[in-house]
Amino acid sequence: MAIFIDNDTKLVVQGITGRDGSFHTRQMMEYGTNVVAGVTPGKGGQTFEGPDGASVPIFNAMDEAVAATGANTSVIYVPPAFASGAILEAADSGVSFVVAITEGVPVLDMARAHAFARDRGVRVLGPNCPGLISPGKSKVGILPGQIVAEGPIGVVSRSGTLTYEAVFQLTNAGLGQTTCVGIGGDPLIGTNFIDCLEAFEADPDTTGVVMIGEIGGTDEQEAAQYVSEHMSKPVVGFIAGQTAPPGRKMGHAGAIISGAAGTAADKMQAFEDNGISVAQRPADLVGLIQDALGGN
Amino acid sequence: MDIHEYQAKERFRAAGIPVPPGEIATTPEEAETIAAKYGGMVVVKAQVHSGGRGKAGGVKLAKDAAEAKEYATAILGMDIKGLTVEKVLVTPAEDIDTEAYVGVLVDRKNQAATFMVSAEGGVDIEAVAAETPELIRKLTVDPRYGILPHQAFWLANFLYEDPALIKQASKIIAQLYTSFMDSGSSMAEINPLITTPTGEVKAIDAKMSIDDSELFRRPDVAAMRDTSSEPASEMKAREAGLSYVKLDGDVGCCVNGAGLAMATMDLVKYYGGEPANFLDIGGSSNPDKVVSALEIITSDPNVKSILFNIFGGITRCDDVANGIVEATKRIDIKPPIVIRLTGTNEEKALEILQEAGFSAYTSMDDVVEKAVQLAGGN
Repeated sequence: MAIFIDNDTKLVVQGITGRDGSFHTRQMMEYGTNVVAGVTPGKGGQTFEGPDGASVPIFNAMDEAVAATGANTSVIYVPPAFASGAILEAADSGVSFVVAITEGVPVLDMARAHAFARDRGVRVLGPNCPGLISPGKSKVGILPGQIVAEGPIGVVSRSGTLTYEAVFQLTNAGLGQTTCVGIGGDPLIGTNFIDCLEAFEADPDTTGVVMIGEIGGTDEQEAAQYVSEHMSKPVVGFIAGQTAPPGRKMGHAGAIISGAAGTAADKMQAFEDNGISVAQRPADLVGLIQDALGGN
Repeated sequence: MDIHEYQAKERFRAAGIPVPPGEIATTPEEAETIAAKYGGMVVVKAQVHSGGRGKAGGVKLAKDAAEAKEYATAILGMDIKGLTVEKVLVTPAEDIDTEAYVGVLVDRKNQAATFMVSAEGGVDIEAVAAETPELIRKLTVDPRYGILPHQAFWLANFLYEDPALIKQASKIIAQLYTSFMDSGSSMAEINPLITTPTGEVKAIDAKMSIDDSELFRRPDVAAMRDTSSEPASEMKAREAGLSYVKLDGDVGCCVNGAGLAMATMDLVKYYGGEPANFLDIGGSSNPDKVVSALEIITSDPNVKSILFNIFGGITRCDDVANGIVEATKRIDIKPPIVIRLTGTNEEKALEILQEAGFSAYTSMDDVVEKAVQLAGGN
């Protein structure tokens, strides 16, 4: 088992003919993701050439792609100006899960898009996220397939490369993963820590969770509370940005300490208070999860 | 991006909010001329991207033009929280009966614009929220409908008892929402919103932050950027498409990815050093970007060592290694460079770097410890 994506995932790529979209579509297909369609307005009827002679039909619009292929998931690689429009279109097309990779989508656009998707019961992951991967089954987004392995650990993180760092260390230590989810570095994201924790708790193959947060907002604090109240599986964590100055945006649009809230110290304290062991360094995560699982 | 008070006031005026007139002066003489034109008492206000201007002595009430000149002389060039005052706003003084607070920001939890109003104006609203939350009324605006007339009235009703004042304030609240949306704002604030003895409601201070992701489609707002308050290195980074924040330490950091960059800074501190900067070079192995990054890092005279921390996922490590070698051929770097690369094609990358005479590592801890040691911090 895994969360959100698995062998039944039938993916449509929005922006399949773009530079990023075409590169990552090939990567996803090489990993074994079932890419059933692409959408680029004006290029309907053309074909996308994937690896090993595989090809993917291109449609002008999401509803056509879904009707023709039965796609249930979409991934978005379109530029910021058009990304929220692509999310709205996907949420109206019949897919149940939309993964928005694009960075730099105006926040007020996302407030509207998230409300629209929620109304239709469609899950959005991101925007400004690396996507997710269920090792051995499916990968949607830009996570590198070669650093993961099948196994019992769930990983959820606001970051990209920091997640790769943690996952790579887990893999090297012989700890594979059920699913690794990058929820994104924007202030308004569709799927948060709690959504992922809830899914990992319900997934019978996941035995423990690694949660990687960063400065900004209070999602980690709320997630910590959720862990102590609703999780039976052990959770260990790491928070990036202990040395970040207040009021400055650290790369991610959402990584900013505003006022007293959102500091790394605050989040680490919330983790500790709710039974989540906190790693001082990314390298300590492996030991912590091993201890947590061993003690179970 | 933050904009100045006088710029936020322009946005507010354009939305119809009653804001007293005001003009910008960059010299004491200009301040005197503007004050003389208004006649009577004026307020001279420092225009810097910082709170606490009043406490720092950056806001003064002048009884006439001569005094306005005197205050402008003192305020222009003043340092407020590390920022030099280069402009003052000169505006007629208002008779104030009451001061209230009206603000709207993007709330992460509710995923929508959220208003906060309080009859306790002119104070730090965060302190009010923490200590006496009952003095604040909040409203989350449904992005599908915008602020509705009865909602604006409900907020205004919390501020005043006089129906005439409530009517004016409801209108201002709706106008503030329009200005907030039309500016692509993440925060807009009137503090204080005053009432005058003659029964008028006016905004005498204004604050606004803009969502950086909106700037590409709002050139009029983007043109409000004041680069004078931005360190040269940060401006250069912005133009090169790099995320960079200057800090006070001596270990220069060059990392791919924002989360990993923060974790690297934290690890520098863990090993007893101080990071000189946050820098995310993104997924690129483009030597031009590496050159820009190195130029920016070395423009900081405090930097005693430079560390690269690269996780090659989709980006191949050997590409990045070639980028670094190429970049260091093009520019002369004084501080020692240590490099950590791991992930896709790391063996090849290590070979390339060692051949070029670099210390290369595969462990993040090892490279950070080395960089701290080279900077002399440990």
